[in-house]
Amino acid sequence: MLWYTGKRLLQVIPVLLGATFLIYFMVFAMPGDPIAALYGDRPPAPGVIEQIREQYHLNDPLIVQYFYYLAGIFQGDFGVSYSGQPVNEILARTFPVTIRLALLAIFFEMVAGIVIGLVSGLRKGGIFDATGLGASLVIISLPIFVVGFAAQYFLGIQLGWFRPTVSSGAPIQDLILPALVLATVGFAQIVRLTRSSVIETSGLDFVRTASSKGLTRRRVVPVHILRNSLIPVVTYLGTDFGVLLVGATVTEGIFNVPGVGRTLYQAVLRGEGPTVVSFVTIMVLMYLIVNLLIDLLYAVLDPRIRYA
Amino acid sequence: MPDNIPSTSPTRRLEHYVAPLEETPLEEIDSLKTDGKPSNLWIDAWHDVRRRPMFWISAALILLVVIVALFPTWFTQVPPNSDCQLSNSNGAPSAEHPLGFTRQGCDVFSRIVHGAGTSLSVGIIVTLLVFTLGVLFGSFAGYYGGWIDSVLSRFGDIFFSIPYILAAVVIMSVLANYRNVWVISLAIGLFAWPATARVLRSEILRVKNADFVTAATAIGLSRFRILWSHVVPNSIAPVIVITTISLASAIVAEATLSFLGVGLPSTFMSWGNDIAQAQTTLRTAPQVLVYPSIALSLTVFSFIMLGEVVRDALDPKARAQR
Repeated sequence: MLWYTGKRLLQVIPVLLGATFLIYFMVFAMPGDPIAALYGDRPPAPGVIEQIREQYHLNDPLIVQYFYYLAGIFQGDFGVSYSGQPVNEILARTFPVTIRLALLAIFFEMVAGIVIGLVSGLRKGGIFDATGLGASLVIISLPIFVVGFAAQYFLGIQLGWFRPTVSSGAPIQDLILPALVLATVGFAQIVRLTRSSVIETSGLDFVRTASSKGLTRRRVVPVHILRNSLIPVVTYLGTDFGVLLVGATVTEGIFNVPGVGRTLYQAVLRGEGPTVVSFVTIMVLMYLIVNLLIDLLYAVLDPRIRYA
Repeated sequence: MPDNIPSTSPTRRLEHYVAPLEETPLEEIDSLKTDGKPSNLWIDAWHDVRRRPMFWISAALILLVVIVALFPTWFTQVPPNSDCQLSNSNGAPSAEHPLGFTRQGCDVFSRIVHGAGTSLSVGIIVTLLVFTLGVLFGSFAGYYGGWIDSVLSRFGDIFFSIPYILAAVVIMSVLANYRNVWVISLAIGLFAWPATARVLRSEILRVKNADFVTAATAIGLSRFRILWSHVVPNSIAPVIVITTISLASAIVAEATLSFLGVGLPSTFMSWGNDIAQAQTTLRTAPQVLVYPSIALSLTVFSFIMLGEVVRDALDPKARAQR
């Protein structure tokens, strides 16, 4: 396990460097002068320009600039937002909210997805299964902002079951509706994944052996079928986290959740390039770390991975 | 001979009953039909697909979207952008304007009809890009292996590590002055291909040691030729499946970017734009938001449904689970 962890950590380094370089490259090698963009129509005195160029290392070659930026990231410095607030401070305020929202969404999609997927898989071809498959197809087709507005309008405004927008401080009861919306995409995928995995496992020899030695259905289903069907679902969580990050940007924008996603959403809307880059970088780092953790968890669950 | 060998014990022999040769239809089983048409994966898939109502429903919907996109003026005479009057803002439907007006007083139906082309062209351009890049990277990585595989796969990992909508958000906010259908398609496609490459690579790893590849090598074909005329055609099926689905994802991605405000400028007819603009009047005029949402979801749904049918037809494992 130690060896596997080390190998996996080493593999993440080039991807991490590559991904941050790619983001940096996209922004700073593109047309447009950042200082001109900073000042708009009235250019500052040439001396000021020179001073700013020197201060932000803009006279150095791209690769040197990148290393300054990378050094900043490793010291936990993600730069300053347009409003002059350090990105770190914004992050400290918004990050816990997004984590709460994401965990709630993962909880909803896992519980509902696995239960419905399991029942569908065990009753393959039945009415429940057919309905579930059709419904999950429809849900996958609905873009998250459509689901978000529908939920906000019908459940929030028309029926009044939930607050249509989240109040300040983002208490957990206000986050339920955004989390349900955020959970829809992953939910449909988990239903399908669990279903096909359950069908596959149910046909395996060890399940037949378990049944034929007289174990009850109540024991075979949770212990033999479900546990072995969940491994692909765990792997899916890694991909799902990327979907959640993008989804959180949209959902937090719609429901006014004061999280990382809304900060990105507003920065995008106001055209605040550097803030956008900082937050995308943070999200990509989160995505890489979560995927690393899931890979390690996967290796704990399935020993074959470690020795492959 | 020790008598504990099961097959020789008389009681066991009863369990291994072997029918007399003349009673078994062995000849029928062993014989090959030589008079019928030759079949392959694609013909089988077509036979499977055309029996399914889901295929015909999705095909009809897609055909409708394509026709609307190609000939918008067949469906509406109202110009989508130039004829807007603020006095009609969020106005009620009438005979000439069946779905009412947007906040800017533009005809909702006309904007939806003219928006189909945008969605579809972004979908097609992104799909072509993803398919080309994915096939190139995946086939070379899988077939040549070794250091070529390592370099190409690590390169793909880097692009894979950035969720493609987030990457597109960055590209589009940098290129704020250059927003058009081509740029947005490039922004989406540039980071969406590694999934396709991974699928093709693992499929090629499975196929490249097959007997027909050895046979092709034995008759002296070059490695490059074997790759393109034998290995790739035999590993492309799963790629076709995810390509169909990626068309749907590209349409959603364009709408999401336009919704976020980094997609196409509002002069373009885009369903994502319309939804974003209708958002501000959700409480007072929800119908303005509903119609583009329905158009978008239905288009995406038809491509997802088609992908599902194609997957069932091409993947025997998926077919068995139906």
